[in-house]
Amino acid sequence: MGAQKKRAAAAAAAARVSEDPDDLARQPLQAILLADSFTTKFRPITLERPKVLLPLVNVPMINYTLAWLEAAGVAEVFVFCCAHSKQVIDYLENSEWFSQPNFTVKTIESHNIISAGDALRLIYEQNVIHGDFVLISGDTVSNMSLTQALQEHKERKKKDNNAVMTMIIKKSKPSPITRQSRLGTDELFMAIDPNTKQLLYYEDKADHSKGTICLDKMLLAENPSISLHNDKQDCYIDICSPEVLSLFTDNFDYQHLRRHFVKGLLLDDIMGYKIFTHEIHSSYAARIDNYRSYDIVSKDIIQRWTYPYVPDVKFCGNRATKLERRGICFTAFNSEIEQSRSAQVGSFTVIGYGTKIGSNSKISDSVIGEGCTIGSNVLIEGSYIWDNVIIEDGCELRHVIVCDGVIMKAGAVLKPGVVLSFKVVIGERFVVPAYSKVSLLQQPTVHDSDEELEYADNSSGTVEFSSIQGTADQSNGEMTSESSEAHKPKLGTGGVGYIWSICEGGQEEEWRHSVAPIPEDKLTELSEAMDDDQELVTQDRTALSTSGELISDSNASEGDDNEDSKDDSVYFEKEVEATFLRAVEENVKVDHVILEVNSLRLSYNMTSADCAGAVFYSMMKLAIKTPHSSASELQQNTANIITTWQKLLKSYLLEIDEEIEIILKFEEMCLESAKEFSPLFARILHILYDKDILQEDAILRWADEKEGADESDKVFVRQSEKFIQWLREASEEED
Amino acid sequence: MPDIQALVSDLPSKLRKRRVQGSYETARLTAELLRAVILQHKEPTASGAASLIEAVRRVGEQLIAANPVELAVGNIVRHVLHIIREEDLSPLTDIVGELKLSAEDDVEDIAEDENSQKSSATTDGCLLKPPLLLAVFEHLPDSAPACQTFSSENIFAGKADKSAKKLKSELIKAVNELIEDINTCREGIAEQAMELIHQNEVILTLGHSKFVKEFLCAAKEKKRSFEVFIADGAPKFEGHILAKELDKKGLKAIVITDSAVFAMISRVNMVIVGVHAVMANGGVIAPAGLHVLALAAKKHDVPFVVVASTHELCSLYPHNLEVLLNEMRCPSELLNFEEFSDCIDYGIASSSSLLHVVNPAFDYVPPELIRLFVTDIGGYSPSYIYRLIADYYSSEDLPPQQKPAS
Repeated sequence: MGAQKKRAAAAAAAARVSEDPDDLARQPLQAILLADSFTTKFRPITLERPKVLLPLVNVPMINYTLAWLEAAGVAEVFVFCCAHSKQVIDYLENSEWFSQPNFTVKTIESHNIISAGDALRLIYEQNVIHGDFVLISGDTVSNMSLTQALQEHKERKKKDNNAVMTMIIKKSKPSPITRQSRLGTDELFMAIDPNTKQLLYYEDKADHSKGTICLDKMLLAENPSISLHNDKQDCYIDICSPEVLSLFTDNFDYQHLRRHFVKGLLLDDIMGYKIFTHEIHSSYAARIDNYRSYDIVSKDIIQRWTYPYVPDVKFCGNRATKLERRGICFTAFNSEIEQSRSAQVGSFTVIGYGTKIGSNSKISDSVIGEGCTIGSNVLIEGSYIWDNVIIEDGCELRHVIVCDGVIMKAGAVLKPGVVLSFKVVIGERFVVPAYSKVSLLQQPTVHDSDEELEYADNSSGTVEFSSIQGTADQSNGEMTSESSEAHKPKLGTGGVGYIWSICEGGQEEEWRHSVAPIPEDKLTELSEAMDDDQELVTQDRTALSTSGELISDSNASEGDDNEDSKDDSVYFEKEVEATFLRAVEENVKVDHVILEVNSLRLSYNMTSADCAGAVFYSMMKLAIKTPHSSASELQQNTANIITTWQKLLKSYLLEIDEEIEIILKFEEMCLESAKEFSPLFARILHILYDKDILQEDAILRWADEKEGADESDKVFVRQSEKFIQWLREASEEED
Repeated sequence: MPDIQALVSDLPSKLRKRRVQGSYETARLTAELLRAVILQHKEPTASGAASLIEAVRRVGEQLIAANPVELAVGNIVRHVLHIIREEDLSPLTDIVGELKLSAEDDVEDIAEDENSQKSSATTDGCLLKPPLLLAVFEHLPDSAPACQTFSSENIFAGKADKSAKKLKSELIKAVNELIEDINTCREGIAEQAMELIHQNEVILTLGHSKFVKEFLCAAKEKKRSFEVFIADGAPKFEGHILAKELDKKGLKAIVITDSAVFAMISRVNMVIVGVHAVMANGGVIAPAGLHVLALAAKKHDVPFVVVASTHELCSLYPHNLEVLLNEMRCPSELLNFEEFSDCIDYGIASSSSLLHVVNPAFDYVPPELIRLFVTDIGGYSPSYIYRLIADYYSSEDLPPQQKPAS
């Protein structure tokens, strides 16, 4: 017997991992499972039932986490219960988790805990964690193997005692439009050392409106290389050393695991504690953070990405479910359902034990719980219906969550994103507006200013609520007359429940985390807004550059690749002008100016034609700025400046092309920025010719090129016709 | 007996969680578990094998339900039940011989009792369908109910008790033999390699099967020289492992893709594959991709040889295969979740997850496509499989009528 058992154990161990047996024996892996999310994102449902017990594809969430922990080789799990702790403990006691061989589940209960930080402090006091442990919350679904991550963690720990935590991350591209991951969480920025995988920066609340993040200069100074990611998803699975608990105790203000603890460690370099990351590739890991991730993870489970934690595998004492082929894909069925022949059950649907479906009803992409009764001509699409729900004929449900015991009277319609909490009754032909949340409990009016406090203090709050409302309901079997009257208009005839007003975030943001997919018009709206943003940014830049002085700074710091060459040339011209003006003011030697302009030219990667144009432009600008009363005076000024700076200009006029560039530039100026020159065009052209800046060839070629142009373009050619004529004759004479 | 309880709950949970996979491993663990069940079973003195059969069957049902796809579990359970029935009968024949006369009077009453009790599988079985082989020849069907007579009346309690002890030791012996058989089945199969693989032949296989590996290595050890084409067996590409192993043994191996089997089949002399289970009609459940290979072999008239051990013999018929006996595995074996994470975003109304992945583990290959089965007890043609099944399982234990799928 013993031998057999040993052999079986050995086989299991071999199948699982090839871990160092001594190591494993000495230190069985422990885990802390937080059965409380310390947030209110699942309100109103979580007022009545803890989040970890909410069914995810008909199995309470915590089972996924526990099943994974067991499979990953964890020997002992401490389930920390806080809100609704009794429900969690009752559930676990009745489940098979307490009777598993080689896997112990212990519960720790506390009611006055308001954050993950407090929970960990309490666990530290109990002194039950002896070695490395896995820190996870009870709403995480994964099928990854911990072996490698654990190995890495231990090796790092051996080398460097300050490596206290390994965070599991996974690649997941955020949507460029909504700036959130597919799980509905905010875009996450991480800086990771590509060699050591050390986490250097973590920001999940980046300011999206600006589209920028700020990195501390020290980050760049201290690390030889960092890679910055916005396509990583935090799986909220951490392998921690025991020091983590004492760190929480030392820093009694740490509440939130990420916002305080991780960021705190990253900023605080006194202790020198380090956090590392481990990226998983082929396996799955995701945390259910909001309604959207509930939807997405459910679908991932149905599509079997979380294998073996899928509906037809009995991983935790769930009921046997069979797959049946529907079209190309599969639908999970319990064998004991009653389904009308004319009902259509589409693919990727899970239907629970004892559910009845009436005729002509259509169900697709949905999860239906146990013991539900669905009437005829019902349409259910992408929805999550929990247990014992009654849906009467002709209802329509699209992308909604319906909790246990809800009754929908005939013809009721739920718009996308609706959440119906426990035992709500929706009246006949009532249409529940999109994104509304309906509960038997009234919305708590007192808002805790601190987000952390939320549903934690429920343990008292909830009880009160339910004692007020709940008892009244139960005693009469229906809503008491006064309250039903008071709220009759809200949920139609016979409806029971309160529609919650949308809280803080406002309706604006509701669609982000809703169970319904993001509506198309929102997306177009967003992408338009984004385009506007971009335009704004570019406008900002041009505005900045015209103001002059700041240019060089802004350029150096930004160094973006986005700027197109047009921007570059604008900047370049400004720079050259600034240089030139300074040279005039400070009487810098021509040679020096040439040097400076050359360096600018190199840094902007410009041709000498650009330089010639820019220099000429600056000279003309100077001429026009010099005070003058008449056209002749202006001409005189121009002549003076050209004389003074002809050497500078000439140094860029290597070939005839550059000379033509100057003429074109001048033409442009006369038309746009410096119209005062336009009557003087021919004369100044003459001056330039006299000073040997322009050769006759250049002028003639320019004239030839303009021959075919529009009339409007020919204004200046006409003006200088005589001069050109003269030039032509002169050249002929020479011939 | 907490020990046995723990064991009994341990294996099903492992099976459920898909932590034990592969027919060889499951067969061995199941047989060992059942041996423990028999060993620990305390017979109520007289009821003979009935309670034992009941106990084994109960455990067996748990195991089968844990992972219905792993057919080897059911095979072993049924085989063990078959052993018990046979062993149960042989000692009885002695007693029956002595007491035939006295028993005969009671037969009618007992038959009535039978109906009302409608109890144990043994008596039903004995009455209606006599078990096979030796037992058939040794005694008459109507003598079987006698056993219950004795037990119920407790006349021959002492004798029955003694026989029970004897029965138990016999059973343990038989189950030990079964375990031994499971452990040595590879060698049994490999022994026949020389007869099937000839000099300078080209063999084609798909994926990785331990039986095939042993089979090929056995031929190699006896200095046969031949070449092996290995189709790599997407999506797990276990063929690569086989290639590595064969390389170590000094065998010439050529890896091809699954999709190239048709192109290569014309150069091949024989296809040898391992399977997941052999069905009662002579068809096989095999890793996905084998059906294509079998068709290719048929087209070019290349012998398609299946190596299988007796514990893979399954008494089921392949109905409703695609769902009942198939396993939809994880899509991440096929494609990388991260790469496609933007295509599998259901959160956006316009692109509501058009990309799906279906990854079935098994194929069904019908018997017409199979030339030969090589088992540890010799080579058989597919049409003979039903006979083997009759030898290995009692008809009473054949799967309880399957509930029609909804």
